[in-house]
Order: sequence, then structure tokens, then C-alpha cells
Amino acid sequence: MAFNHKHLIDITEYSADDIMTVLETAVRFKEVNERRIKQVPTLKGTTVVNMFNEPSTRTRSSFEIAEKRLSANSLNFGGSSTSTVKGESLVDTVETLCSYKIDMIIVRDKHAGVPRKIADVSGVHVIDAGDGKHQHPTQALLDLYSIWQAKGDLDKLHVGVVGDIGHSRVCGSLIPALKIMGCEVTVIAPPTLMPARPDVLGADHVTAKLDEALPELDVVYMLRIQRERLEGAPYPSLREYNMLYGLTKEREHLMKPDALICHPGPINRGVELDSYMADHPKRSVILDQVYAGILTRMAEMYLLLGGSEDGFAA
Amino acid sequence: MNDAGTVKTVCMDADEIERSLTRIAHQILEANKGAEHIALVGIVTRGDLLAKRLAEKIEAIEGTKVPLGKLDISFYRDDFATHLAPEVHSTDILFDLDGKTVVLVDDVLYTGRTIRAALDALMDIGRPAAVQLAVLVDRGHRELPIRADYVGKNVPSAADENVRLFLEEVDGKSEVEILEMNEGARAGAAPLGGE
Amino acid sequence: MALLLKNAHVIDPQVGLNATADILVRDGKIVEVGQGLSMEKGVERDLSGKIVVPGLVDLHVHLREPGYEQKEDIASGTRAAAHGGFTAVCCMPNTKPVIDSALGVEYVLARAAAVGKCRVHVAGSCSQGLKGETLSEMGDMVAHGAVAFTDDGRGVQGAGMMRRVMDYAVQFDRVVMSHCQDEDLVGEGQVNEGVASTRLGMLGWPAEGEEIQIARDIALCRLTGCPLHVQHLTTARGLELVRAAKAEGLPVTCEVTPHHLFLTEDAIGDDYNTSLKVNPPLRTAADADALIKGVADGTVDAIATDHAPHIDFEKDREFELAPFGMIGLETALSLVVTHLVKPGVISWERAVELLAVRPRQILRIERVALEAGSTADLTVIDPEAAWTVDAAEFASKAVNSGFIGAKLTGRATDVYVGGYATLEDGAIVE
Repeated sequence: MAFNHKHLIDITEYSADDIMTVLETAVRFKEVNERRIKQVPTLKGTTVVNMFNEPSTRTRSSFEIAEKRLSANSLNFGGSSTSTVKGESLVDTVETLCSYKIDMIIVRDKHAGVPRKIADVSGVHVIDAGDGKHQHPTQALLDLYSIWQAKGDLDKLHVGVVGDIGHSRVCGSLIPALKIMGCEVTVIAPPTLMPARPDVLGADHVTAKLDEALPELDVVYMLRIQRERLEGAPYPSLREYNMLYGLTKEREHLMKPDALICHPGPINRGVELDSYMADHPKRSVILDQVYAGILTRMAEMYLLLGGSEDGFAA
Repeated sequence: MNDAGTVKTVCMDADEIERSLTRIAHQILEANKGAEHIALVGIVTRGDLLAKRLAEKIEAIEGTKVPLGKLDISFYRDDFATHLAPEVHSTDILFDLDGKTVVLVDDVLYTGRTIRAALDALMDIGRPAAVQLAVLVDRGHRELPIRADYVGKNVPSAADENVRLFLEEVDGKSEVEILEMNEGARAGAAPLGGE
Repeated sequence: MALLLKNAHVIDPQVGLNATADILVRDGKIVEVGQGLSMEKGVERDLSGKIVVPGLVDLHVHLREPGYEQKEDIASGTRAAAHGGFTAVCCMPNTKPVIDSALGVEYVLARAAAVGKCRVHVAGSCSQGLKGETLSEMGDMVAHGAVAFTDDGRGVQGAGMMRRVMDYAVQFDRVVMSHCQDEDLVGEGQVNEGVASTRLGMLGWPAEGEEIQIARDIALCRLTGCPLHVQHLTTARGLELVRAAKAEGLPVTCEVTPHHLFLTEDAIGDDYNTSLKVNPPLRTAADADALIKGVADGTVDAIATDHAPHIDFEKDREFELAPFGMIGLETALSLVVTHLVKPGVISWERAVELLAVRPRQILRIERVALEAGSTADLTVIDPEAAWTVDAAEFASKAVNSGFIGAKLTGRATDVYVGGYATLEDGAIVE
């Protein structure tokens, strides 16, 4: 089995086999994470920089734990002390980091295309931990892992993605990834939250009617609503959003008996999900997704950093 | 001819392998005064199969089922950076190692690096009372201060040769071959990434 | 001083010329165009195999001076113009300070006279500070030589303000050039809304954000009678609006840029090449096809570059943070020859109309033709010159071209402004 990727930036560059390699490797790391000593020396001596240019507690923590469990040396770089705040350009910042002789950069940035730019400038391995409204491939892989573990197979599953498709980097990777794995994808959102061309992402069906779509779905993937701003908001109120697009107990009768519920977190309880659905013991895999984040990120770093011809920083 | 090189000689056939394993089973029982505190842990992808055979022999001799596990050392390799094994095998040790005398089982003992990695992996999983090492073949060329407690056969070999174990269960034949390495081939008992 | 251009292929649709002839120039004027011309004393050039046309005019460039001299200045921008075959440019007023008074017009004209390598015409702003609130002193600017008015860069947002601008401008017989972009609709749009915005994960800049204002400005043209020139038109439907306005007899003209003709949104790939970040954005292939049809059938009046230089580090950054714009002076002619003239989409005569004749008419500046008495602003083109666009060869200070590495055919070799060479055998005359 060949795995010949230097970066994880664009999920569409990964084949179904590549994705399965990541998921199967993640299963092996599950065993490591269930030991008393949840750490292996695999990445001893490598330096991984977590370059988080916009706030992110969850994704960064997940990467940090994954790095520590692989024995990598990790450096957190970013936040309010980011050099870019001081007027340094992204390119200069990356070149400075590279002078530290690092092996990998995990990058989160609010602007699309930044991970590729960093890869071009730095020459080191890059993992996109979310770029603007573009992609979030590690989220897509942990989602696939969670669904795969719960369903046993990904092929031919019908997955509905509900919510802010248009401004979602999660969708930018998840929908193409689901298509690569042979799933059928329906996107469900008010037209104000739909991208201009959902078909470009790979969506098979586009609808604004959750109730009509629900009975068909094997997996209901609820996206987080950005509730920060209300002026110019693409929906009149959170109350109405919940009425039309919230996955609530009242809607459960519309779901298949074995339909799963996913959410990338953090949840807005009472908006996209009510507590009954969020905590549903049979359907909700939301906490499994969080755990899958550790496993798949360990697998990604393991696979990307291994086997390069001239060592780590190829 | 296979991916590792050209076959020069067969240094152990199926019968010899069986006899060696029987002897090692007896030696283990003798050295440990029975099977009571013993656990067998084989290193994938051949040591686990040998460990299973040893466990069967010990059960036949002693009437005791010893705990049996397998250990994957992919995450502990010191050559990980240059030789990625994308196909990681599972570690499967479903018993408590603490206080046990663990007999690590591998096919071919060569540089000792695999055993070094296996010891690290083992220590992360539990705290055995003691660890012993059983190998079917010791081909020399040690790079670390490691020696086996039980050896099936000492096979002197050159650095440009490979010594490989084939087993009926996975390869359709059981024998140990000395191979002349092809250009660019990697020294080692089994190809990385499994077969 | 006399200049005799021998054996050139002279093309000028204004005088029905498309033949081999000699051109005799004296004291900055064409004295005679004909066969077997000679002179007693002066410079004689053999232009066998070359084409001579009336000097090219780019009616939409950003020279960046005053205020942004690190991007470009009048000296470097006009050198780029000469290098690209242009004898004149019309510069936009979004400098710092904005050219919204006679002072700014005077400054640019004085600098151009001192350091320019081509004629520089100044477009003043419609509103003071480009704020879209108060009318600029158009009358005073006209008195000091401004040729047109525009709030290029952001456009006049309020319909009421645009009406005031056009109502007021009409008395000066100057064109109001409109940058059509509805800010409320376009918002923070980065690339064409549709496939590109979805694929690249960035906010879309919808075609309608442009078309709404084209429709509005045509209506205001009808209302006020003020000549309207639609700048950098990019969409098929926008072109239809202009076509209908022309059929109606309204004084409406439009320009398109080479990058909107020859590049599409599909060119913006994974590398998020910021040189391809332009405003309006690169549109669809269907839009580009429609624009090319409009160029061929006459709906499009002029090809203008919207030459928009930026400093390397301003562009070498996050796509969403990089400024809009692409340089174009040094590639425009070659792109037109390569993609339109050589394949037979348009004739050489049509190319001359697009790049020389119509721009002068729109700017209401002196007619230049290949006939006796005309000012000797001439562009000499080697139609067969094959070259590759190389950032190192630009005379512009900037390198933000979307055509770096393109293999092109046809290039200006010599340029004469008022009979004086500004470009000779491809080299700028110092």
C-alpha cells in the first residue's frame, strides 16, 4: 500500500485508498490511546509547529494531544501574539519558523489558500487545520472515521449536511471526501446559507426542506451556526432557524431508526440540535468525533512524516 | 527470486523448524520452572505466528494455556523517518503483563533494533517481571547489546544477505531461506508493510 | 527634424489605409504618406515587414503618482506604456491625494511633461475624495486639462449622486467613466461568484453586482444626456445592456481588459495566484466568449488595460488580503495580436479602432491618423515577433501580471510621440 503525500491540504488530492489508509492507521492508534501509557516514541526528535492564526481551542488541543502522544516536540505559535499582528507578512513569518529547522506546520488561518502558500514557501510538511471558508481536511477525515466506525462501511451511505454550507470550511472538505468514499450527499440549508454552486463541492441533492430530506438519510451532519453577528444575518432569528433547520426530538420520527447524528462542535444547544438529539445514546456520535480527531490526526502525522527519502523535513 | 533477493540456500526446512520450536518450548518451561507465570508475545508479522505455535506446544507438554499476544512495533521503529510502513499491524495483548515473565518471540534476530523497539513497546503496555527473548534464527551482526535466551539455530550470514522465514500459515511453505539481496533491497527478515 | 519611415505596412481604418507605404514626418507632424518618398536630411528607418498604425492609447491606467510611488510612478508607468507600444494613456484619479481638483491635474501633467515617455491624459474624480458625497470641481479640472471623470476603484454608489455627477458633467462635453460595482451586493467578494467562489472557499463577487450599476448608469445616461463610458466590463449580460443602449442611440461606450478577454475564473488554481485577483473578478469562459464577440462586432469600443501595479510584497500574501489589480501595458498589444488578430477573430483595422481610434474619440482628444497634417504619434509593430512574457523585462515597477510565461506573437518595436522616438527596436529611448 503506497501513501505518497507530503501534505494534507486539499482532500480532493486523496484517493479512496489513501483515505482508508488514514482511517485504518487511526484504528491502530486507538489501541495506543487505550493503553495505560498513551504515548509512543514514533515522532521523537521531530518538531511540529501549531501555527494557529485565528483562535481555535478545540482543533489546536486535539493536534497538541496527538503530537504529544506521538512524542513530537510541538510549538504553539499564534494567537494574540502572532507576528502578523505586528505587521510581519505571512511569508516572513513562515521563513522565520523554517529557520528553526522544523519538520511540520499545522496551520489554521482565516484566509483561504494559506496552507498551500505556506507549503510552497516552507518546503516542510503542512497540514491544513482549516483555512478560511475553504477546507478543513482533518475534520473531514475524523468525520469519515466516526461514520465508518459506527456504520461499518462508507460506500452508498446517504449523508445529509444541514446548516451553513456556504461559509463552512468543514463542508469544503467533508462533501468532496464523502463523494470520494462513494456516499450520496444531500445539502440542506436556507438559500442564504447555500454556496453559489453546491454541485461544485459534489452535492447530489440541494434542498431547503429538512423534513423532506430526513427520512432518506443514514447520517445527519449538523453544522454549527455562527451566532456572533445578527445584523445582516442570513436568517431572521435563532428561534426561526431552530424551527426550520434544528434537529429536535419532534423530528426524530422522520429519521431512519439507525440514522446517526454528527456535529463538528462546539454545539449551539437549542439552535441546530436540542439536548435530546445531541446526547442521543444510539444516534449521536458527537463525542466519538472528538476522540476520532486524536486518532486520525495521529495517523495523518504518522503517515505524512514517515518514509520521506531524506528524513523528516523532506 | 522474490522481492527481497535471490535464494542462495534453504537453511531450515519445515521439520527443522518444528523440532527447534519443540526444543525451545521445553527450554522455556525448564528455565521458568513451568508455565505458571509465562506469557508469550510475538512480534508481527512472523513472530506472532511462532509464538502461537510455541503456546500450542507448551499446552501439549504442560497442559496449561499460556497467555498469548502480538506486538506491532511500527510506532517504535528508529528508522521510521526513512522507511514508513503504511500498513500498521495491530498490537493485541488482551491480558495484564504486570508481574508476568514475558517471552518475546521473533523470527530472525539480526541487528537487535527490532527487539529494542519491542522492549520499549512492551514497557509502555505494562510492567512485566522479566522479559526473555526467543528467536528461531540468530544470524549475527548485532548493533545493540541484545542476545536471545532461546535460539532455534545460529545461521552465520553476510551483510549483503537476507535471512527470511516463510511459514505455512501465510506463505504456503515453511522454511528459512538465505537470500542474496537485490540492489536497493532493505536488509531485514520481512519486507516492511507486510505482504 | 525629419523622419522617414520606409516600406512599412501602414494600417489606418480612419483613412482606409492598408498597404505598403512610406511616411514622412517633419516637426512632429505627418507631412506625407505615399510611395517612394524621400527627404534631404533626417532620420530614415527601413520598416520592411513591420506594421505602422496610429499611436495606441490606453484609456485606463493607474500611474499611482502622487502617493503610491512604490507601486509605480509617472516615469515608470509611462516607460511601461512606451514599452508596450502606447503613445498616450489616461490615468485614473485614485491616487493619494485623489485627483479631485485642478491642483492634482496640474501636478500629473507637469510630472508627465518632465519625466513621461508618452502623453498622459488625466481623468479627474467625480466626487471629492472618491467618497461619493460631494461633486469634484470638474469645471476647474477641465480648464486645467482633465479629459474625463471617474470614481474608478469603487464607483459612485448612490444613484442620486451619480445623477448629479452626470447632470453636472454634461456641460463640459466630457465623458463620465463608470466603475460599476454595487458595494452592498458585492461586499467582500474576492472572486467570481459561482464555481470559483465555491471551489476556492471565498466570498463571491456576483456578475449582478456589476450589471445592476451598468443598467443604472445607462438609465441615468438616458435621463441626463451625459456621455457614459462603462469601464472594464466583464459579463455577457452587461455587454447586452450596452448593446441595447447603443441600439437605442444613447451615448454609451465601453471598454474591456485583455485579462477579462483571455483569462477566466478557471485560471485561479490551488496556488491562489494573487496576480489573478482583479476587480471586477475574472469571470466565466462564457462571459469571456461573449466579450470577444462584442470586440469583433463593435459593441466593445476599446480595449483598455486597467494597468494596476502593486508592490511585490503587497501581492505575495493571503489572497483575501492582497489588493485587486493586474498590470497590462506591456502585454496588451501582444495579447490582442496573438489571440484576436492572428486567429482571424478581428482584422488589423479593428485592432487599430480598439486600441487607437475609439479611445481618442471617447476621451475627446485630438484625432491621430496616418495622413498629412496629423500629429506623428505612431506605433510600429513587428507582427511576427515571438516572445515570452518575462517579469524581468517589464519597464513597470510592478510584476503583478497574470500572463507571466505566456508565449505571445507580435510586439511593438518602435514608438513615436510627436515625431520623437520613445521606443526604438524594442528599447526605451532615454
